[in-house]
Amino acid sequence: MRRLLPLMLVCAAPAFAQTALPPAPYADRQLEDPAQEAKATALMHTIRCLTCQSQSIADSNASMASDMRSEIRERIKRGEEPEHIRAWLIERYGDWISYKPTAEPILWPLWAAPALLLGAGGVLAWKRIRHKRKGSA
Amino acid sequence: MIAETGLAALWLAAMLAGAQLVFAWMAVARGAEPAQRLIRPIAVAQGVLTCGAMALLILLFLRSDMSVYLVAANSHSLKPLLYKFAGAWGNHEGSMLLWVAVISASGAAVALFERGLDKRTHYATLGAQAAISLGFYAFLLLASNPFARLNPPVEDGQGLNPLLQDPGLAFHPPTLYLGYVGLSVAFSFAVGALLTREVNARFAKAVRPWVLAAWILLTFGITAGSYWAYYELGWGGWWFWDPVENASLMPWLAATALFHSASVLAARDALRAWTVMLAVIAFAMSMVGTFLVRSGILTSVHAFAVDPTRGTFILALLGLYIGGALALFALRVHTVNEGARFEPVSREAMLVLNNLLLCVILALVLIGTLYPLLTEMMGVRVSVGPPYFNAVIGPLTIALMAVLVVGPLLRWRKDDPKAMVRRTTPAMIAAALALIAVIALSAGAIGWLSALGFAAAAAVALASLLPLWKRNLLRTPLYTWGMVVAHLGCAVSLAGMASESAFSQERLAAARPGEKFELAGYTVAFDHVLPIAGPNWTAMEATLTVSRNGRVIGTAKPQSRFFADPPTPTNESVQMTRLGGQLYLVLGDQLEAGRWQLRIWWKPFVTFIWAGGGLIALGGALALIGRIRRERRHKAAPKPARERFA
Repeated sequence: MRRLLPLMLVCAAPAFAQTALPPAPYADRQLEDPAQEAKATALMHTIRCLTCQSQSIADSNASMASDMRSEIRERIKRGEEPEHIRAWLIERYGDWISYKPTAEPILWPLWAAPALLLGAGGVLAWKRIRHKRKGSA
Repeated sequence: MIAETGLAALWLAAMLAGAQLVFAWMAVARGAEPAQRLIRPIAVAQGVLTCGAMALLILLFLRSDMSVYLVAANSHSLKPLLYKFAGAWGNHEGSMLLWVAVISASGAAVALFERGLDKRTHYATLGAQAAISLGFYAFLLLASNPFARLNPPVEDGQGLNPLLQDPGLAFHPPTLYLGYVGLSVAFSFAVGALLTREVNARFAKAVRPWVLAAWILLTFGITAGSYWAYYELGWGGWWFWDPVENASLMPWLAATALFHSASVLAARDALRAWTVMLAVIAFAMSMVGTFLVRSGILTSVHAFAVDPTRGTFILALLGLYIGGALALFALRVHTVNEGARFEPVSREAMLVLNNLLLCVILALVLIGTLYPLLTEMMGVRVSVGPPYFNAVIGPLTIALMAVLVVGPLLRWRKDDPKAMVRRTTPAMIAAALALIAVIALSAGAIGWLSALGFAAAAAVALASLLPLWKRNLLRTPLYTWGMVVAHLGCAVSLAGMASESAFSQERLAAARPGEKFELAGYTVAFDHVLPIAGPNWTAMEATLTVSRNGRVIGTAKPQSRFFADPPTPTNESVQMTRLGGQLYLVLGDQLEAGRWQLRIWWKPFVTFIWAGGGLIALGGALALIGRIRRERRHKAAPKPARERFA
């Protein structure tokens, strides 16, 4: 649980200080429309909390995460599409903010890895088994 | 004096490890008699010394000796006793000492209890174990001395991170470390067997209990850690694909693959080279995990620049041991033939598939964890998180479960494809029924991965019990029971995960005392908020009365706590466990006009996730006990029986 340590150091203090600030209206208040709320929650789980260690803004006490949750809910309420909001966030804060790897060329190997590994491993395993069968015949 | 004694014990243990390495070399290469007699006592003495050093460090924490740097930096005299005790490993140096203590203690255990290996391989194994220990002694003594003094001593310590002040700290790190480092034994066995060219079924039978033991502890440690994060962080998440979590998952995946392939080697004398390779990979993953966590390279890339010695040191050890083992493997692999043959429709082939899928999952977790580091070197900062891991690892897990359904129902060496279809039909029907049921229940609004998760869970649950079909349950060997229970645990855990992700409900509110909230048929009444004080914290405590259909079923008192040393707020969530799931209640910050943040979740069958983890560990324990008892009996009446695989 060492993951908790940096998280606390970075996130906790601002969270406490936050009580004094005017709260963001939708930081911890759901949207009235369940379908919109579901969209917003799904998006929040894939946006990184910038002041925390390895937490999404949906799992963070940090004040910046609350502000972002509120911002996302307000935009969804205005009818914006989640991927549009993600693009806006990436434009503002960089690729780092999105836990969902984008389709940038630098990330192609990451998406190709499962197929490549399965293919290579599968061929190796199949060769072994077939090789053996021939050997035993 | 205590600190100096501890340090002296460590230096002495390091010297003994050096002697153990030299003697092992003499015993294996030259067959030197005196060396052979000395190796085992030396290994035991080394284990006793490092465990003694660990005990002395704990004593320093219990006495709050503020003249020791580590205690001053991580403890506080007012801390509850349990956390003084467990705080000894809640920091870098202490956890590395625990790591070293476990390495040498498992070396001592191999010296004392291992009887299955031939003598030369046993010496070579102890030599390899000593070589690993030596590197980590050097790391501890040269780069992270836990017994360093602080001059002048301070008045009081800086305290332990409040999130770690939880009973979880007392057992979670030690079990995880025992598992991590226990895999060093498998590594040493593999190196020993390669050195003496004894990679065979006997080697596999000897290594299997050690791998199983490490794997049980890893399973338990990961499960407990997940539950700890779930209730402590206060947002209802139970797995975050955080680098540190991945660091514990990778050795577990490798160990899972390893004992399955060791079973093939033990029962059928096949997959020799592959099993040895996996033993090396498993410990490599433990070291990669340690490197990632201890160097701080991933949680904060800049930590490397702050203290480059530690990260570089572990990286050097990693390169030395894994590179050395792989070089040895490359040199000796031609002496290891692949062993017995098998057909594509056979239990061996399914275990090959199991290994393939587990290794692909392992590789993807590793790649996903390291990828941000690679792109950062090229000047691009990206994040790889749950959306990636869930998308690639979810389907592979479903495929792994499909293999799990088929594998245990097949015969060794060669089976009839028609019989395979016939035997797996009930499980396929169960999967189809489960799929239809959840789609109907959710009115089609369910993610395909969750839906498939339910289907796979149903199929595995049924198929895991089929090996017991028409068998005399009392005469079924304990290790077969172990397999059944562990595989059933996979189904239970998977069902919990699918249910949590598909059917959780959430209610967030800015609540005023007196208000009521409805969620999933439960009514939560927010009665009042009162201040309360604990031994080293103060808190605001809410009283929530929970009722269902007008009947009160309990009162929950979640707290918003504030710790003074170091100053940190935490949320103490409350979980009310019901038959069909858990109600998760959190009191957040105070808002304007007497309102409070209130977070309520209903998580149906979420406890299945950890109950399944517990079953998996229990199954491992049953298999381990069954194996050991069988070995004992065999020794009493040795007969060349072909082993039945469990």
